[in-house]
Order: sequence, then structure tokens, then C-alpha cells
Amino acid sequence: MVETSHNTVLHVADVHKTFGGLHALADVDLAFEEGTTHAIIGPNGAGKSTLLNVIVGKLAPSRGTVVLDGEVLTGKAPHEINQMGVARVFQTPEIFPELSIFDNVMAPAFAKRDGAFKMNMFMSMENEKDIAREAEEIIVDFGLDAMIHTHAGALSRGHKRRLELAMCLIQKPRILLLDEPTAGMSRHDTNTTIELLKKIKSTGMTKVIIEHDMHVVFSLADKVSVLAQGRIISEGAPDEVRADPKVQVAYLGEAEE
Amino acid sequence: MDAVILQVLNGLDKGGAYALIALGLTLVFGTLGVVNFAHGALFMIGAFCAVTFRKILTLEQVVLSETELSPWGTPLEIRTPFAQQWFGDFGNVLIDYSVPLSILLAIPVMLLIGIVMERGLIKHFYKRPHAEQILVTFGLAIVLQEIVKAFFGANPNPQPIPQVFLGAADLGAMVGMAEHVITYPKWRLVYLFFSLGVVAAVFAFLRFTTFGMVVRAGMSDRETVSMLGINIDKRFTIMFGIAAIVAGVAGVMYTPILPPDYTLGMDFLVLTFIVVVVGGMGSLPGAVLAGFTLGVVQSLASMTQVKDIIPGIDQIIIYLVAVVILLVRPRGLLGKRGVMEN
Amino acid sequence: MFSMPKKDAITFALFAIVVLSMPIWLSPFGASYPGLLQKFAIYALLAVGYNILFGLTGYLSFGHAAFLGVGSYAAVWSFKLLSMNPILAIAFAMVFSGIFALAIGYVSLRRSGIYFSILTLAFAQMSYKLAYSVLSPITHGENGLQLTLQDPRVIDLMFMERGVSLPTSSLFGIPMNGYEGFYFCAVILLIGFFIAQKITSSPFGMMLKGIKSNEDRMNYTGFNTKPYMLTAFVISGIYAGIAGGLLSVTDPLAGAERMQWTASGELVLMTILGGVGTLIGPVIGAWIIKYFENIFSAWNESILHNVFAFLPDNVEGIVVLISSKFVGEGWHLTLGLMFVLVVVFLPGGIMEGVRRIASWFSRRKDPTKDQEVTDPENMPKPSSKKGE
Repeated sequence: MVETSHNTVLHVADVHKTFGGLHALADVDLAFEEGTTHAIIGPNGAGKSTLLNVIVGKLAPSRGTVVLDGEVLTGKAPHEINQMGVARVFQTPEIFPELSIFDNVMAPAFAKRDGAFKMNMFMSMENEKDIAREAEEIIVDFGLDAMIHTHAGALSRGHKRRLELAMCLIQKPRILLLDEPTAGMSRHDTNTTIELLKKIKSTGMTKVIIEHDMHVVFSLADKVSVLAQGRIISEGAPDEVRADPKVQVAYLGEAEE
Repeated sequence: MDAVILQVLNGLDKGGAYALIALGLTLVFGTLGVVNFAHGALFMIGAFCAVTFRKILTLEQVVLSETELSPWGTPLEIRTPFAQQWFGDFGNVLIDYSVPLSILLAIPVMLLIGIVMERGLIKHFYKRPHAEQILVTFGLAIVLQEIVKAFFGANPNPQPIPQVFLGAADLGAMVGMAEHVITYPKWRLVYLFFSLGVVAAVFAFLRFTTFGMVVRAGMSDRETVSMLGINIDKRFTIMFGIAAIVAGVAGVMYTPILPPDYTLGMDFLVLTFIVVVVGGMGSLPGAVLAGFTLGVVQSLASMTQVKDIIPGIDQIIIYLVAVVILLVRPRGLLGKRGVMEN
Repeated sequence: MFSMPKKDAITFALFAIVVLSMPIWLSPFGASYPGLLQKFAIYALLAVGYNILFGLTGYLSFGHAAFLGVGSYAAVWSFKLLSMNPILAIAFAMVFSGIFALAIGYVSLRRSGIYFSILTLAFAQMSYKLAYSVLSPITHGENGLQLTLQDPRVIDLMFMERGVSLPTSSLFGIPMNGYEGFYFCAVILLIGFFIAQKITSSPFGMMLKGIKSNEDRMNYTGFNTKPYMLTAFVISGIYAGIAGGLLSVTDPLAGAERMQWTASGELVLMTILGGVGTLIGPVIGAWIIKYFENIFSAWNESILHNVFAFLPDNVEGIVVLISSKFVGEGWHLTLGLMFVLVVVFLPGGIMEGVRRIASWFSRRKDPTKDQEVTDPENMPKPSSKKGE
């Protein structure tokens, strides 16, 4: 499973992030390679979500840069970063609760086609046949077609997650960031999600997964990085990382607290 | 220079009123998380407590004189306030001091109104969006001011200053400057010290009593406090009542400076909101600081020298300051991170 | 550009019929005289435009009265300087309110939530205060801006002699102060409604709803929400400007009180009362408020005595005494109470009430079908199955 021939798509270069005196991220240097699934694991409060927030432009790093294909992302607004091909699934699903599932999926498709802003106020939604077909296809793929015109806010948590994933995937991003995509799911739903993610894997999209559930990590990841107290303490293929004594200490340390 | 000092002084009493209203607004916002557009109406109701109290005190008995005739040839009406009849000279003193004494009436009335408002209406809006809180309290403000209008009419009701505080104090002479340069109406001085006193009392209350400590803890982390088994809601209700009292007494004492009419609340509300935002939503010291600062800034802007350079600046200075502050320091002067970021 | 979904076309046709036949169906209510009809059309337009901002994006502006005022002044100046032609005046109102909205929107939209509301409020108050003081040469302060016999009226005077009395605004000879004025306003309302319909059902409209629903998500989805918001703000500002212009067209007198923040408050109430986010709701809200304002504020105790004459004398006295507080001068009390009651019990306004009643009926007919759709206009196909 060791991949050496791939190119680095996304490079988190020497990123620091401090909140007050607290080092949320320190010397984080990560290279994400094209087409791989890269998992980031670590105890609670290790800085995993902070890392994703820095990548998508929600937070500015105190030092260091994030580079996508040679272009610096740091300092760009979230929408610009998305337009460059970075999509994110949040830990608690971020969807449009008042819009229908159909519209939820349509919106990102428009962003992909029309860019960050377009004055298309005299177009009718009914004439957007191509995008509508695309959206319907992906909704069917995700098994949400039975409720295509339901308000997204009425969905179960599991369905909301699936919807959010569909919203990201319709954009065909270069990098997909997943923040605990199976948190709070039943074993059955988790397995469905794993299958879904495996299916996407064949498309060659680069994925970054933050996950607690080792079952998910070992089912999906090509490479694992372990983050503890804001630092990368171990990195490598899943089996190597599992055997690393430092990793075990980090997790045991958490258990003691 | 003297003119500047004078203007600063002139701004301070108005600033005191801003600070007191803003203080209550911030307390309510900080504890209950409610944006209360009816808070200005509480100030106005306080002012009308003073009007009512004086009306009661000056209720008169009318006796037709048997001997004397009025210039129109009818028997002269001798009017004696009941207060004077019953208490003699002390009654006259009561009437003279009607404004400060009205505070005794205002405190229970405002507490009651505050608690009824919170339990009856505001309580249901804790979890609703801020836009709906604004709308419902805006509606409430209209209702309150129209009720006052129905009872007291639309005209301003001037209230007298107690004899002792009539006239001006020569502050300049007191600190060794030339006489009659810096004179300042005594009542405005009273108002300034009064507002400082109330501010100090509120801060002391929050700082040194258990009640205040719980409330402050609740302001920063409501969930943890309620997990401790403390009935935070009940305390917050009382806090709302206290905020109403602060606004009310601020209104009472302001009546001799500005004769109250039913629109008083709305006029002050808009300005006070600006004050709260400038001070930093949720910051009590910020509200006080911004209140006094904006009062002074407004007063300085109304100097003729300033107006000559920028015409009309006195009319809009507060709004202008607010716009600049909101754009440059979105959290306001002393605002904390994470309060109303969205 | 003029094609629209069938459902929207039907809505528009029905709306057009209702509006254009107002002089007929309102006469039993005693409300079919031109002055009031004009107000119905103008304030409906104002509310439709406001809804594009508040209804679609959720941004609560407390400053739209400023645009109404700017539109009014611009229109009167167009009468004074150029011509009594209302179309020119409306164009003037659009341009100036648009520029004004662009400037205020650009600054205010740098913040969201309550800060946005307060920034718009601050700007509106500034405009109001300035209109009363420094800008008096333009606004004529407390007297209000009016026509005079000496006005230049450059364009008009090229074609005709200066008259001896004040001219009235007229569209190529059709005077704008009677029923003709109403129809002029009504046509503009219909155009405004049509455009609002188009916006609502466009991708652009969907983005605005997305901003209301979850602005952060919009950003992470690749949208730059700022220009969307600014466009919506300017469009709704222009609507307000046109409404202000129409107020001047039907009565060429503009005063600063139109810019006061209570005027903005009334506009918010119209939108809320009818139903935020729906197309028809704000129109209904505007009509109800203007109708009752007109009726109630004209009532006095003697009318009330007639109304309650069927009651026993002493009861009648009490009823009249209490109800007299709610009419005439006390109309604002009724307005405030309505405000509170609507927000407390019916946050979705009258349209939500209608929907609730409708769904109650349909549920009684067919208990298996559960209509949980809260806003059919947002949905391409409103017959939805309920989610889990």
C-alpha cells in the first residue's frame, strides 16, 4: 500500500496556530498525495479540526502556509479555496436546513459551474436542466431520492451527513476533507458510509479523513498521520502506525485523563 | 479651553443617562441573551413615574372662598394640595422634592413591570432568533408608549427641580479658576453623581453578592451554572427587574432636564443601542464607558466652532462614531470575543 | 427572460386581476377612493422589495425608510428641475436610491446579524437628521420639499407656457392624482411583482435563500456571499426608492418624516404580518396595515357609539371607552399589539395561518397525507412526503 509515485497535491507547510498562549498546532507539516486517502487521527483536542479549519480558510495560521498544487491557499477566503477544488464535510452536518434536498445539492453544482458570483436573477431554475439532472443522479446514488423535495432540516443525522457528502461530491473537488464522517452513526450506517467512500475512492479524488473510529480508518486509509497536542507524532501506513509505541502512549495518555 | 471643559461637563449628564440605559440593556443581553428594543420604553415609564407621583402629591382640595372674589367676580377658589393639608410644611417639602422622591415609587413599579414583561413575554423568546426578539420587543415598545400617551397625552410634562438644586454651581471658582467661567446647573451635577452612584451600586452588587456572582457566572457560561443545580432562570428574571429599575430611576431623575413625553423612550433607545454596540455587546464596563464617551462626544460636536467646520456634525456624530467603531473594531471598545459574532 | 413556470404565471395573472380590479372589489369596504388605492399599490411595492432582502436573505434592515425618502426627494426634484413626467421622476428616484443603497449596503454588509440591523438603523437616522438640518437646501427641512411657481422645469417649459397655478404630475397629459394615478402605480407594482417572482425562482434567488439558511455553508460551497447580499440590498433599496418616487408622483410633496426609523419599523411589520419570505404575504400585510390605518385612525367616539349602539347603555359606555383607546389617535396602539401578537403566535404571518388552515382541512379529508411543507414557493414540487 505504500505509494511513492504520487505527486503531492496539498501541502500543509510548517503550520502553527496559537490561541492565546495555547499551541493548537505546532510545526505541522503534512503532504497529501494525489488520489490517496489520508487519515488524521489523534486524541480529543489534538488539533485535528483546527487543522481542517486552517486548510479551508476559516482560521488563519499564526505561521506557515497551505499550498494546493503550487498555489498558496493561506490568506484566501473560504469561497476562493473551495473554488480551487477543496470541499469539506463538517463534524456536525452543515447543510441548508430550510431548502429541499434537491436545492441543497443544486447550490454547490451552481458554484462549480458559475463561480463565486453570478447575476443570474432572470434565469429560471426550471431551465437549468443539465445541473438538475446531475443533482438528481447524485441524489439517487446516495439513496436520498425518496425525499428529494423534503426540507433538509427534517432529515435524520445520518441522512444529513450523506446529503452533505453529496453536496461536496457534486463539485468533483480535487480534495475532499471529511471531519469524522461517521461520528454518532450506528454500525450499519457506518458500514454504508465506508462503502460509499470506497466507491468514491475509485474516482481518484484525494481525501483527508479525520476519524476516531479505527475501524473506519483501517478500512479506508492509505496513509495515517497521528496528531497529538498539536504535533504530528507518527506517520505512515496504517499497520506501521498501529505498531508505533508513541501512538499507543498518546492514546493511553488520553484514557487516563 | 473653558468652552471645551464646559461642553465636556454638559456631555457628562447626558452620558450618564446613556450609561444607565445601556447598562440595563447589556445586563439583559448578557444574562438572558435577549435584544430588548423595549428598554427605552422602561426609561420613559420611569420618567412618567415621576410625573404620576407629582400629580398625586399635588392633588388639591378646592374650597370656594366665602369672602374673597376672583377678578372675574366669582368666589375665589382656594386650592390646597392634600399633602400640604395633611402634613403642613412637611407636605410642601414633599412636593418640592417630588422628583427625587419618585424613585421610591419607581423602584417597586419598575421591578413589577420588569418581572411581568420577562415572565409574560420575553421568556418565550430566549431560543428564538434575534430578529424575532427585536421585532417582538419593538412591538412591545410601541404598545407601552401608546398606553402612556393614552393616559398622559402627547405633550411634554415638565418637572420642577427641588429649590435647593436650582441655579448653577460655579465649578470654575471652586477649583480656583476665574469666577463665572465654568458654571454648571446644579441639577445636572446631581444627575451626574446620581448616575455614577447607580453604576457603582450595580457593579458592587454583581461583584460582592452571591446573587451577583451567580449571575456573572451565568453570563459567561449558562449551562455549567444550571448544572450546579442553581435556578438560574429565576435569578435572571430578577436581573431583568433590576435592569428595569436602573432604566426607570434614570428616567425619573432625568425629568427636570428633559420634560418627558411618550416618545422619550424611542428617542433614547436608538442612541442607547448605538452606545451598547460601541461599548461592546455584553460588556458592562464597555456600556458605561461608551455611554459617557458618546455623551461627551455629542456635546463637543455641538460646539459652534466644530459646527462651523463640519455643518450638521452634532446631529449625526453618534451614528458616525458607531459606524466607524463597528467597522474598525467589530466587537466594540471592550467587547469580548464570541459574543454575537453572528 | 419573460418565460416563467406555469405556477408562477398563474399566480401573476391572479395577482394582476386582483390589483387592477381593486377599485371595484374594495368599494364595499369603503376603500376604493384614489388616494387610498394609490397607497395600497405603493406600499405593496415597498413591501415586495423589502422582502427580497429580509424575506430571502434574512438580513433585517431597519433603514429602508431612508431609501423611500431619497426616492421621494429625487422625484420631486425631477418635477422641479425637469418635467412633471412621472416616468422621468421614477427613473430619477431609481438612480438616486440605487446609489444611496449601494453606499449604505457596501458599508453595512461588512457585518451581519444584529450589527447589520444597527448599522442600517444608524445610517437611516443619519439621513433623517441631516435631511432636517444641514441638507435643508435640498430637502427644505421641516416644511418639506414642494413645487413652486418659479421652478425651472426645463423640459416642460420648452413645450408649453408657464401656468398660473401649480402643475400636477401627468403622464403625457394623463393626470396622476386620481384613478389614473392608481393605475400608474398598479402597473409599476405589477412589474415589480413580476421581477420579484423571477428573482425568487432564479438560481440567484436560491443563493439568497441559501444565505438565509446557512451563510457559512455558502462560503464553504464556493459562493462569495458579499456581492449576492449587496445586489439584493441594492435591488430592495431601489424598490423602496421607486415607492418613494410614486408617493411624490401622486402627491408632489416630500418630507423628512418618511425617513424616520418608525417608518422602517412599519415596513418590517407589513412584511412580518403578511408572511416573510413569501411573495404575496408582504403585499397582504401592506394592504391590511394601510387599510386599518386609514379606517381606524379616522374613527372617533361618536362612530364607536354608533357601532356599539346595540349594547345596553352602561355596557356600551365602557366598551366605547376602552375601544376608543385603540382607534383614532390610538391606532398605533393597535398596530403595536398586532406586531406583538403576530410575532408571538404566528411568526410566519398570515400566509402561515392560511397554510395551517389549509393543511388542517386536507388532513381531515385525508389523514394519511401529512402536509409538512412550510413554504410551497420555495419548492419546485410542493407535494412532498414527510421526512423521517
